[in-house]
Amino acid sequence: MTLLTKSFSFRLILQQVGEVGLLLGRTIINIFRKPRETKIFLQQLEEVGVRSLLVVSLTAAFGGLVFALQTYVGFHRYIGVGSEAYGGPIVSLGLTKELIPILVGLMVAGRVGSAMAAEIGTMKITEQIDALYSLGADPIRYLVAPRTLACLIMVPVLTLYGDIIGIVCAYFFNISMGVNRIVYMRNTLLYLELGDVLGGLIKAGTFGVVIAIIGSWQGLKTEGGAEGVGRATTRAVVISSIIILVLNFFLSKAMPESFGI
Amino acid sequence: MIRINDLHKSFGLNKVLRGINLHIQSGETLAIIGQSGSGKSVLLKHMLGLIQPDRGSIIVDGVEICGSSETELNNIRRKFGLLFQAAALFDSLTVAQNVSFGLERYRDLSQEELQKKVKESLAMVGLQGVEQLMPYELSGGMKKRVGLARAIAYEPEIMLYDEPSTGIDPIRADAINELIIKMKQEFRITSVVITHDMTSAYKVADRIAMLYNGIIVTVGTPEELRKSDNQIVQQFIHGRAEGPIKEW
Repeated sequence: MTLLTKSFSFRLILQQVGEVGLLLGRTIINIFRKPRETKIFLQQLEEVGVRSLLVVSLTAAFGGLVFALQTYVGFHRYIGVGSEAYGGPIVSLGLTKELIPILVGLMVAGRVGSAMAAEIGTMKITEQIDALYSLGADPIRYLVAPRTLACLIMVPVLTLYGDIIGIVCAYFFNISMGVNRIVYMRNTLLYLELGDVLGGLIKAGTFGVVIAIIGSWQGLKTEGGAEGVGRATTRAVVISSIIILVLNFFLSKAMPESFGI
Repeated sequence: MIRINDLHKSFGLNKVLRGINLHIQSGETLAIIGQSGSGKSVLLKHMLGLIQPDRGSIIVDGVEICGSSETELNNIRRKFGLLFQAAALFDSLTVAQNVSFGLERYRDLSQEELQKKVKESLAMVGLQGVEQLMPYELSGGMKKRVGLARAIAYEPEIMLYDEPSTGIDPIRADAINELIIKMKQEFRITSVVITHDMTSAYKVADRIAMLYNGIIVTVGTPEELRKSDNQIVQQFIHGRAEGPIKEW
């Protein structure tokens, strides 16, 4: 019985991976197909990008501050007074390569991924998806492709913005703690490479695609009224957050230390 | 024009369609009656290729729908207009954008022509000055009429009506019945009307088919149906709780 349940679950996982893969494939094809849904794409750029600015600003600012605080404490305690100025590159590297892409990814998954699942899910249960088909619009081209392209572009843009906010906040924290600003800045600029930032942005782009595809997939699978929409929304956030965290590790491992820039 | 052969569809263990056979002639209005939950809407969605059957075939103008690719289905869907039971208007679009949605995709029109067509379609269903309203600002009956305007705007060859009179007052319902008749007389449109409103079915239909227990139990003119000696048909058309239909 246990073996049967296990094989059933394994089959279910395979089926769901297949569904997501198929949706991703059809979305990529539809991104390049004409006519493009430009208006919806622009709306989504605003929805994903502009409307996430506040939450990303706060997350990046406090992420940068807490990371700077712990780095300051570490240098102060284990290396000695005056060494804190050498924490700049560590803070910048940690923020641009790991912390900011992850934080932005999780924040956008919570804010945008859930909204996508809820909106598409509501359209599904109120027959608006069927109406799209009947009026000659492929829901993947009309709904999923513009959202995926918008996330692919805007999550890295938000990450770059978050990088700047995080690094600036870390800088001001160190200055407020009496760290030598010239040494701190010189070390940061000397050791932080463009490749490090680029690595973080590539991750962010991947997270963006994950958020849009999982949100849309859950929306399109919605069944059973308001309760179903609620379930789809929760699942979209949980699944995309887990994928982002797991994917982050493997991307960090697979990426070269520097992109030769 | 539409030929349905041995159509079967199950959802899990629930066998909804158990072998539907139906032939809809070009230019006729066929009403499909049956209890709520008998599979009438499921049958309608099969005709548009929105649901794929487990077995059987649907041929529209000589083209097989079942198993067709999305591109082929899209070409076939141009022939159809569908009025959804709950209108299914797009929440994020205005009334005008809803009505022009299919027009933009199925017809090559300038912005001016598009706006003119939107106004005409809304006028046909008795609506004026609502172009810039959002669906949430409309009453249930108005939503239904906007849904109908959206479906007829691009002048489809076949109209599918899913419960056109449900949720609106008797006068509006009769106006929609008149519109279905007008569409047939003026534009030679083939219509399939899903309903359990017998007044509507008698008024608009050339033939009426009754769906019961997953099969078509009878097809005939309204007069033939009235005179039918099938007890299931008699119980349904007279709306009696007593009779062979026990599940309600």
